Amino acid sequence: MWVAASAAYSLANDERRWDTGEVVELMRSVRALDAQRGRLRRAVGARPALAGLAFFLAIAIALLIAKGANAFGQTTVFGVVSGSYFALGAVGLTIVYGVLRLVNFAHGDFLTFGAYMAFVINVTVGLPLIVAVLFAIATTGAVGVGLELFMWRPMRAKGAGMLPLLLMSIGLAFVIRNGIQMVAGTGERNLRVNVTSTIAFLGLRIGRTELIVVLTSVVVLTLVGLMLRFTSLGKQMRALADNAELAEASGVDTNRIILATWLLAGGLAGLAGVLYASAVGVFTPDLGFLLLLSLFAAVILGGIGDAYGALAGGFLLGLIQEWSTLVIDARWKVAVGFAALIITLVLRPQGIFGRARAI
Amino acid sequence: MTLSSISFSAFGQAEFWIGVGVLAGIYGIFVLGLQLNVGFTGIINFGQVGFMSIGAYAMAILVLKAHWSFWLSLPAATAVAVATGLLIGLPSLRLRADYFAIATIAFAEIIRYVAENARGLTNGNIGLLGFDSSWVSVSNSIQGWLSTSEIQLPLLLVTWGLFGVLTVVMRRVQGTPWGRVLRAVREDEDAARALGKNVFSYKLQSLAIAATLGSLAGYLLALDLAFLSPDQFDPSVTFTGYAVLILGGLASYVGIAAGTAILWVLLEGTRFINLPLSAEQIAALRFVIVGAVLIGLMAFRPQGLFGKREEMVLGG
Repeated sequence: MWVAASAAYSLANDERRWDTGEVVELMRSVRALDAQRGRLRRAVGARPALAGLAFFLAIAIALLIAKGANAFGQTTVFGVVSGSYFALGAVGLTIVYGVLRLVNFAHGDFLTFGAYMAFVINVTVGLPLIVAVLFAIATTGAVGVGLELFMWRPMRAKGAGMLPLLLMSIGLAFVIRNGIQMVAGTGERNLRVNVTSTIAFLGLRIGRTELIVVLTSVVVLTLVGLMLRFTSLGKQMRALADNAELAEASGVDTNRIILATWLLAGGLAGLAGVLYASAVGVFTPDLGFLLLLSLFAAVILGGIGDAYGALAGGFLLGLIQEWSTLVIDARWKVAVGFAALIITLVLRPQGIFGRARAI
Repeated sequence: MTLSSISFSAFGQAEFWIGVGVLAGIYGIFVLGLQLNVGFTGIINFGQVGFMSIGAYAMAILVLKAHWSFWLSLPAATAVAVATGLLIGLPSLRLRADYFAIATIAFAEIIRYVAENARGLTNGNIGLLGFDSSWVSVSNSIQGWLSTSEIQLPLLLVTWGLFGVLTVVMRRVQGTPWGRVLRAVREDEDAARALGKNVFSYKLQSLAIAATLGSLAGYLLALDLAFLSPDQFDPSVTFTGYAVLILGGLASYVGIAAGTAILWVLLEGTRFINLPLSAEQIAALRFVIVGAVLIGLMAFRPQGLFGKREEMVLGG
């Protein structure tokens, strides 16, 4: 439509006299353009995932040409690094939403909890990081399960609606974050990881720890993806997310699956927290709170409730944020992520891959 | 043992409690907007602090950078907040309630990032000072008439006076046909639509009024602190507002006054318990209290102090 509007505008504002033939010609081309747009729109409607990907690739290629291979490659590396912890955090957040229809505002603070649990083992006790990681996963998973048993399950039994659950998760977020702050203080902490040595390849560099973070995340996310697709537990989770009543009627033990969901989401959040702390180097009790909206952005980019979408959304968000630094000042990159969130919500609330189904 | 001893000496300090009263009044006005949105229209606005921030910053920027008169900058700042509310509401009010909640919190965070990073306008984290000289001279003359030495007393009177008037106005508005349509939208959007009401337009109006109230709270906060910086407007302000809202009771304008007074006495009262805690631990404790109040109310008394259970549509 804007094509027609701009044509009309140029007609009205052009000093030159137009003859009828020219106007007819112009109108014909406008109609042709509109028809083309119509075809494009139908194509986008038919294959939203492909269209989303094509749009994204177009931006990538434009940036690659405009900014050069090296700058583009380096920001891509950074984007993949931050994408790896965004994706881990986002998958847990989206699975909880899919299964429970709960937007868990405390999820970011699960990440914080994981990071501090790892700190206790890795720095206070002095054990190797791998032990700390396992401890963080176990304790954060346990927090998820404990909260389900003592908070969410009783609330569901009361038939609580959306607003009470939202506000409860916000209250929980406040308690976890500030509880940690009361015990550990607001000072910056760091795990015992090597943050200085870097690896160079093809003129790009990546920190040794960052590389480990990316590999860990990719391996774990692949395992989670396989679990959801092929194991009985995964199938039951997806069934519950699709239709809770039908799943229950077909013999799915709802409470058991919900517990498993919290264990998985908590464990992934704990791992994501440690990976963030390792990749970035320093962390404070605000870690998860500051990441939460980015996790929402990843979840919504990929389509809320869609685990594979959240995975893709996490990496996509990392890339969007880092690529944006090629165009505007790096201090805006987090806000760019939030803008992507709002734009996605407005234009494609079902996510850029357009898969409306849950998990 | 020091852990449980409470010193009451400071309870007699008028200056301190006037300060608490000002904050409580500002939050009261702030929460009136949330009440209209959440309690009466059924839209979950998680970005109210964004409107507060816009009101405060627009006022200060107009005074300091554009050299407007302070009094003229107030309505202009409210207009900016309302315009932003319409801009954010137009695309996002069509979304489902939980998506709208996320969109609004993202909006408020973007505003905070702008305040932090658009340094030419906002001075970034250094903040803005010196926008309040017109108010200070008025405040001084009120202080003169009252012949009091309490510097913040005029602001306390203005804040609670405004809060009182606005509470009465909002209650009146709620009784009008317009207010009843809002309630219908909250109860059943489809039914309201079937009766020929433009649901979207009513939601948009509700959001615009919340933006107005948020901007009022914004300049009062700016006058209270005589200083503006981005970290005063983080999302915890909105959620402290929700604690006030739920404590007072959803769909009760009168409850807000009680809710804000109780919550702020509770929060500031932590200063007088001689806990062996550092200042930063006390600051954290206050937010633990806000969180615990939210969780406890939702679990045990979702209608708050003055709300009615049958009005808790969103309570399921």
